[in-house]
Amino acid sequence: MLSLRGVTKRFAGVAALDDVDLELDPGEVVAVIGENGAGKSTLMKVIGGVYVPDAGSMELDGSPISLRSPSDALALGIRVIYQELTVLDNLDIAGNVFLGREKRRGWLLDEREMRAETAQILARVGLNLDPARPLSALSLAERQLVEIARALSMSVRILILDEPTSSLTLEETQKLLQLVGELKAEGVAILYVSHRLDEVHQVADRVVALRDARNAGNLSRDEINHAAMIKLMVGRDLAPARGAAAESAGEARLKLDQLRTQRYPDEAVDLEIRAGEILGMAGLVGAGRSELARAAFGVDRFQGALLVDGKQVSVHAPRDAINAGVYLIPEDRRGTGLTIEMTVRDNVTLPDVNEFASIGLINRREESEFAKAWTDRIKVKTASIETPVVNLSGGNQQKVVLARWLALKPKVLICDEPTRGVDVGAKAEIYAEMRTLADAGVAIWMISSDMEEVLAVSDRIAVMHEGRLAGTLEKKDATEEGVMRLAVGASS
Amino acid sequence: MKPRGQELGILVILLIVCTFTAIKNPVFLHLENLQNTGQLFGIYGIFGIGLGLVIITGGIDLSVGSVLGLLGVVLSILLVDRQVNPLLSVAIVIGAAALLGWGHGLLIARFRMQPFIVTLSGLLIYRGLARYVAHDETKGFGDAKGFEWLRKATTESWHGVPIPVVILLVVAAIMYIVLHRSVYGRYLFAVGRNEEAARYAGINTRAVIASAYVMCGALAGVATVLLAFYTNSVSPSSHGNFYELYGIAAAVLGGCSLRGGEGSIIGIVLGTALLQVLRNLVNLLRIDSSLEMCVIGVVILIGVLADTLLRKRR
Repeated sequence: MLSLRGVTKRFAGVAALDDVDLELDPGEVVAVIGENGAGKSTLMKVIGGVYVPDAGSMELDGSPISLRSPSDALALGIRVIYQELTVLDNLDIAGNVFLGREKRRGWLLDEREMRAETAQILARVGLNLDPARPLSALSLAERQLVEIARALSMSVRILILDEPTSSLTLEETQKLLQLVGELKAEGVAILYVSHRLDEVHQVADRVVALRDARNAGNLSRDEINHAAMIKLMVGRDLAPARGAAAESAGEARLKLDQLRTQRYPDEAVDLEIRAGEILGMAGLVGAGRSELARAAFGVDRFQGALLVDGKQVSVHAPRDAINAGVYLIPEDRRGTGLTIEMTVRDNVTLPDVNEFASIGLINRREESEFAKAWTDRIKVKTASIETPVVNLSGGNQQKVVLARWLALKPKVLICDEPTRGVDVGAKAEIYAEMRTLADAGVAIWMISSDMEEVLAVSDRIAVMHEGRLAGTLEKKDATEEGVMRLAVGASS
Repeated sequence: MKPRGQELGILVILLIVCTFTAIKNPVFLHLENLQNTGQLFGIYGIFGIGLGLVIITGGIDLSVGSVLGLLGVVLSILLVDRQVNPLLSVAIVIGAAALLGWGHGLLIARFRMQPFIVTLSGLLIYRGLARYVAHDETKGFGDAKGFEWLRKATTESWHGVPIPVVILLVVAAIMYIVLHRSVYGRYLFAVGRNEEAARYAGINTRAVIASAYVMCGALAGVATVLLAFYTNSVSPSSHGNFYELYGIAAAVLGGCSLRGGEGSIIGIVLGTALLQVLRNLVNLLRIDSSLEMCVIGVVILIGVLADTLLRKRR
């Protein structure tokens, strides 16, 4: 049905897509995989009409098409759900679902009709909410589902999903995959872009891999397995992430004593993170994990006490936590982890730029040498340290955040979703770096919604459920079911 | 989308200020005072709504005051010096204002210039042109020979209500439906909150943004005619000075966010009313008139601060 031949797109001379071919048939789910920067997002945007390719051709049903804008693609029944949410929090759910295609009476909005139809579609995606609810009152996962509901509300022939499950819980993910199956049965052609190989394995009829902006190979249904996919993506076999449990965890470096967050003021959490261990923290979205981390880093106010190396510290702002040697790699890399328009160097040295200053003036040379040393050490791939962070891939951006804190010799490192949106190769490097730190006596507190990651990387697993610590499991006792049971609040 | 709480809040403040002023100086309630304040309220409200639309798209228009000055001069030249048909003159003024707005919209939406810069340039350019065209002399309408009816139609009252207020109410009613009930209004909010997302939804965001500036211009054109006859003389260097800032302040007091995507017509109208009553209060309570701007500035700060604090608590 849809066929791309030799599609090429350059930005400032650099090829984001280089001679890429793609075929898509009705009733077929094709997964597109590849590391960050491999060209997946550009490909989606070309098909969605956002970018006009520099070369190559596109055909729909055998006749050539040319997409100059997103509305051209919409008119042909091509619907893209982008990774960055495109829903608007100043409208209600129905307003978002019908944005750009409002039901009208004359030139006025027909709110009643839109809300009625929206209610039906919401039921289909398993979102039990009033269509008149303002979007600002919804969680991230719920907004993602609204985005999907919007796609379903229109006649769609080709549905493109770009990392649709990155903010969904396990249950919501299953619901989504089931929906994908239903749409496929209705004859919709689906392009599914995901880093989560489990999902790809579950839904894809065919896998198309991209590497360095080019086609890297295809897999048919019976060839799809983790090893084959990883090999196509990185172009080499990858050793499984090392998960050697620390032999003996040391003293508690960070202790949360009866800590209550603003989100869950009735739940007091007691938790220790010990020297030399990676504590994985699992839980469903909204279980209060990030809130706990933000409290410990002084972003949010809290009640209770924080002890670092046995001594109580009073933390009212991130500066207090930093002075105590407690650092946070936040969940939202682009929003809070980095100042993405600034250079790699400036981002690395930002928390401690005073070190390079005398009478308030920064010694640029010293600062640069320092930033260079640390980014080299953990192999940040960047043209130079003068490059704005925004030009780096997700994995390399995350390494810049890591470099910033490594340089400050952490006692405790809190990593909130450290590998979200990070490609396989960089993931392995980030795990390795976390392990090296732990071996050097740092206490690592890793919050993750990726079950595979939690089980593979952690020495000990703490599971949160609705603001309370539902339980902790030693690595040897931890199974996926065991963690899930705690996460959904069932007594173990 | 429509900050109901804020509209109610500003209505309460408006009533309190009115009551306070009326108790302190009963002249406030005299018909003449009410009609005079009403005239200004109507004029400011009309271009304030235009500014509100632009602010909802995430933009700003700093040129409104200079447009009032330039086109006020032009109106006087057309009617007095050239003796052009009054109806045609009004049409030319409103048309020219819309055209200037279209120019801003084009530069902002098509050439991606920043609204602040484009309209700041407009502020300077139109003010300079006004002085040049008028040879820096004050223009006026004298005894309005030949267009007496036009002066009547812009400055008198209809069943006791000043004409500018009547026009404001009509404009507000229409714009209320356009903004809060129509597809186009929905697009204004969508574009203001996240232009990229709106574009991805298939909305012609450039046209939507440009159209807001055209409407802002046209409404400034209507206000030009009313203001020129209200003052009856147009001093090219000062006529309309700072008016855009009062309009922006009223819109912000009424719940528009300068980040875009938020605001309501009722809020803008109430915000305008509050500002005009405050100016009247400074007058009636014999506060030194040099403090007028100071009082208004403090009220805006307190109003917006209160709103921010209340929002946090919710």
